[in-house]
Amino acid sequence: MAQQTLSGELPWNLAITLARVAAAFALSLLLGSALGIAMGRWRRLDLMLDNAVTVLLNLPALVVIVLIYVWFGLNEFSAIAAVALNKLPTTVVTLREGARALDPGFAEMASSFHMSRWRTLRHVTLPQLTPYFFAASRAGLALIWKIVLVVELLGRSNGVGFQIQIYFQLFDVTLILAYTLAFILVVQVIEWAALQPLERWATQWRR
Amino acid sequence: MGGAATVGTLGDAMAPVILRLHIEGKAFRTAGKTLPVLGGFDLALGTREIVALVGPSGCGKTTLLRIVGGLDTDFQGTLDWHGAGMPRIGTVFQEPRLLPWRTVHQNILLAQRTANPELADDLLHILDLAPFRDAFPSTLSLGMARRASIARAFAIEPELVLLDEPFVSLDPAMAARSRELLLNAWGARPTAALLVTHDRAEAALLADRILLLAERSTHVLREIIVPQELRRSAAAAPAVLAGLDNAMTRPADR
Repeated sequence: MAQQTLSGELPWNLAITLARVAAAFALSLLLGSALGIAMGRWRRLDLMLDNAVTVLLNLPALVVIVLIYVWFGLNEFSAIAAVALNKLPTTVVTLREGARALDPGFAEMASSFHMSRWRTLRHVTLPQLTPYFFAASRAGLALIWKIVLVVELLGRSNGVGFQIQIYFQLFDVTLILAYTLAFILVVQVIEWAALQPLERWATQWRR
Repeated sequence: MGGAATVGTLGDAMAPVILRLHIEGKAFRTAGKTLPVLGGFDLALGTREIVALVGPSGCGKTTLLRIVGGLDTDFQGTLDWHGAGMPRIGTVFQEPRLLPWRTVHQNILLAQRTANPELADDLLHILDLAPFRDAFPSTLSLGMARRASIARAFAIEPELVLLDEPFVSLDPAMAARSRELLLNAWGARPTAALLVTHDRAEAALLADRILLLAERSTHVLREIIVPQELRRSAAAAPAVLAGLDNAMTRPADR
């Protein structure tokens, strides 16, 4: 592992993979949240898209990945889109639950005091959805870690997934474990340095 | 008049009026059935008058407040504001409905259209909540949270305050203290107010005029005007209440 780190190969591939994770995560969380909240609020949209979400939710990740590579080519866009699309439905479902659980009493309070839309969204609606955002982030990140390597293995020529494929072909278990270990470290650091403090900060009002 | 309360037709006839409400009918549609809740209700509210609506639960009192507050527009009838359109209305909901992720002070500021932190602090002081200014609502007792929501309603400099059972399920001592503090807040800035309650003693203490509502499809059974000299005095409240009870037992004099 030290040797791989020193040669710069491991950090480089890890960074590439992390960049893909970040892009896919941001994309799916943003789109998935918007769609999920909209579906939670508007019944008609929910009825229209509910089937599509269920299908996407249960479609094997591999099928989505292969189809996107076939349709959009073996490029960076396809890789990120494939990961994002796999994660999208879980975010939609989580945030839809959140939107359905919004307390109508608070909405009534906001409208009785004629709060602006922006003020209502920022201070009344979004804070109620915070736990759902965190749930979606956690579950989503976990899912993305798993999928991004497969995507790299199938259609990219760099990243951790691609490296593991090479070492698999060489039956070099030591290096595979080195990459796995590096991966575990990164996941732990993100959880411990980013997600947990953020969650503590967002829920400090709870006693 | 010998009794403590008069059974009359109108409040101070000469007082300026903020609101004239006439409800022809109002029905809830549930599971294909329509359930009438309000019918034939009329009210003219003075600009500084506190009117209590007293009646059994389920008679449509809260619905009435929602109609006045503009939260429910699905009714037959008219709602006429005297003057330039809808006034500023401060609502005190039955549950305090404070945002748990904002402090007491922030909750009040969020309700104000233009931030007026001094007024917010004044009201917190009047309502005996100054030490809890920066506390989160989860750390308050129910009585304190109710008072915070009263402070919020008055902090928008309302012309009309709507109070929906503001002191229900508090222990008697806390309820009495809270009523006193509410009167202090009202006294500092008198407004028109509609108070919904099922507690006749509470109505006797707080109101200028008390409307007793019937069980089903709300209409006014009795209208009791509290004499000027007996209004908002803890000492006189028992006499007002006795008059109220007396009026309840007599047949309607129509």
